[in-house]
Amino acid sequence: MPGYNDPSFDTLALHAGASPDPTTGARATPIHLTTSFVFESSDHAASLFNLERAGHVYSRISNPTNAVLEQRVAALEGGIGAITTASGQAALHLSVATLMGAGSHIVSSSALYGGSHNLLHYTMSRFGIETTFVHPHDIDGWRKAVRPNTKLFFGETVGNPGLDVLDIPTVSQIAHEAGVPLLVDSTLTSPYLLKPFDLGADLLYHSATKFLSGHGTVIGGVVVDAGSFDWERSGKFPELSQSYEGFHNMVFTEESTVGAFLLRARREGLRDFGACMSPHSAWLILQGIETLPLRMERHISNTEKVVEFLANHPLVSRVGHPLIESHSSHALAKKLLRFGPRGAGSVFSFDIKGSREQGRAFIEALKLFSHLANVGDCRSLVIHPASTTHFRMSDEALVNAGIGPGTIRLSIGLEDPADLIDDLKRALKAAEKAVSAAAKPASA
Amino acid sequence: MKFTIPTEAGQAYEAYAYTGGKAFDANKPTVVFIHGALNDHSVWILQSRYLAHHGFNVLAVDLPGHCRSGGEAPDSVEAAAAFIGQLLDAAGIQKAALIGHSWGSLIALEAAGRLGDRITHLGLVGVAFPMPVSPALLEASLHEPMKALQMVNVFSRATLNAPPSMLGPGTWVYGTSMALGRRVLASNTKVNIFHLGFKACDAYTHGLEAMQAVTCPILFLLGKQDQMTHPKSAKSLIDTARAHHKKFRVVELPMGHHQMGESPEETLQALKEFLV
Repeated sequence: MPGYNDPSFDTLALHAGASPDPTTGARATPIHLTTSFVFESSDHAASLFNLERAGHVYSRISNPTNAVLEQRVAALEGGIGAITTASGQAALHLSVATLMGAGSHIVSSSALYGGSHNLLHYTMSRFGIETTFVHPHDIDGWRKAVRPNTKLFFGETVGNPGLDVLDIPTVSQIAHEAGVPLLVDSTLTSPYLLKPFDLGADLLYHSATKFLSGHGTVIGGVVVDAGSFDWERSGKFPELSQSYEGFHNMVFTEESTVGAFLLRARREGLRDFGACMSPHSAWLILQGIETLPLRMERHISNTEKVVEFLANHPLVSRVGHPLIESHSSHALAKKLLRFGPRGAGSVFSFDIKGSREQGRAFIEALKLFSHLANVGDCRSLVIHPASTTHFRMSDEALVNAGIGPGTIRLSIGLEDPADLIDDLKRALKAAEKAVSAAAKPASA
Repeated sequence: MKFTIPTEAGQAYEAYAYTGGKAFDANKPTVVFIHGALNDHSVWILQSRYLAHHGFNVLAVDLPGHCRSGGEAPDSVEAAAAFIGQLLDAAGIQKAALIGHSWGSLIALEAAGRLGDRITHLGLVGVAFPMPVSPALLEASLHEPMKALQMVNVFSRATLNAPPSMLGPGTWVYGTSMALGRRVLASNTKVNIFHLGFKACDAYTHGLEAMQAVTCPILFLLGKQDQMTHPKSAKSLIDTARAHHKKFRVVELPMGHHQMGESPEETLQALKEFLV
């Protein structure tokens, strides 16, 4: 692929990391469903284990199908490489576990997916890693939350589901002043809508289950390293800059000036925690990424139409999308996202005027929207976060995440937008009737 | 590992060399790896680590003023070649093989010409002589280094699907090289080492004389798809080696200018066959 120009996003989405199989000529990436890979000799085996040569040994550590996906996502994000994981949650855990141990501290945005909040607030604290949550727009709060043992800043590119846009340039600057990297969850924006590394983030991950896969068929995650953070200069990461007895006494920053994080994450994190991705899952996600640019265009154009409809409906009290000028992230979205506010994605929330019962009636009346716990599917989805995805969060934490008791989250799919609006119209009518029925005398 | 290098002004600085994950041992045959412009030791990581674990004493250097090495960044091939001699002296190494890539290949060539029979093997990876740098690229390296970095990496790339590489499977070689370039550039705040390296390549005129002075076997490892240093650009050096009855071999492989990253196994194999 020698050339005079850098391939575009659309081309990389189809070709990065893959070419026709040299053995069979297969054009599509083969699924290498094998646990292990035959060594050419004892010396070859030893040199692979010792990182003298690069290759595949055992599919918990690496696999050729996964490697295609890893290269592809790294290419789309502008990173140096990537590691696929069993899920987005595994990607977050792998990132945290690679960088720190007991006694460490994280500063995190409070506008998080409920699962990420659970992991940081409840589970990691059990292992001695504390997290301070800060509203993503509270810039002073980020700065004040830093402690001597802080090892990481973390946030979602746009918070789920309030769509608070993370001010990555400012937050990453504060992180870097504190000598720590900024990790972002880029799931809701995908590399098509936002390139966090261009704005100053150092690490990112996706729940590939969502837009990267795009079809609601697979669970997976992927961590990408920008290669920008200087672990050695920071002095806060002996895990990467000092000899590690657990892997050939390797000093990861010496082995790779820019790739120490990925070296340790794969050689320790995947090896020991084992949260690897199946090659079959990797293949399904690759299929999804091939059409990512086309799908994201449709996701956001459909979302524009649905947001406009809801914003003008009398039974809707609030639409939480930066497309709405009063949204707290409207200006930031305009400044940071590739397509401005319309690029804040297709997962957003809104509030219905009235009772919890009316909210229930609304969800149950929907026909095209599926009531389930996922986002980023090609089909449109709906859920009530306060009772499902975010139900372990306190009322205060819910408010900080932009969620009210009556908030409904939508994930807009690829259907004809007119049909989606019809479905919403019908359901809102049902919600309206629910209040009418409740208001009728019992004897009537 | 760091070595103390004296300067002409009577002072000294520390130069870094990666030893491949093994302890420095001057009793083993030594191989010195020399990186190209805006690179550091880590571009050789697979080849140097392998050789260090297979009987060689390896020194993959960061040139002075680059990343972990102190000192003034060399402003000419000759100055960088002088550093290689100083490094061998500081390390107490009498004989060594020199392997260089791109700008590093010119440095290795010049050093081999100067050091005579102290050099046991000369490996020239992605070499060209002369090695002119286009005025546009020279200008960009000075005033728009990020644009120049992108140009260099686009020209260096031969594939969108490199095999497992420096970071193992999942390495995006283009991105790795971009990130390394940014890091190396930032490592020297006194001088633009990108522009300095390119100017040194562009200005070097002593290649044929240096080749005549080389006394050891020579490997030309060239990429058929190399747009930075096309194989035909090595012809004058190969012709000189032939005319002066040098022992040499030419290996042309289907790769670009990211030989060590995009074709790590082929590069290692060629080096092994040459050195062993």
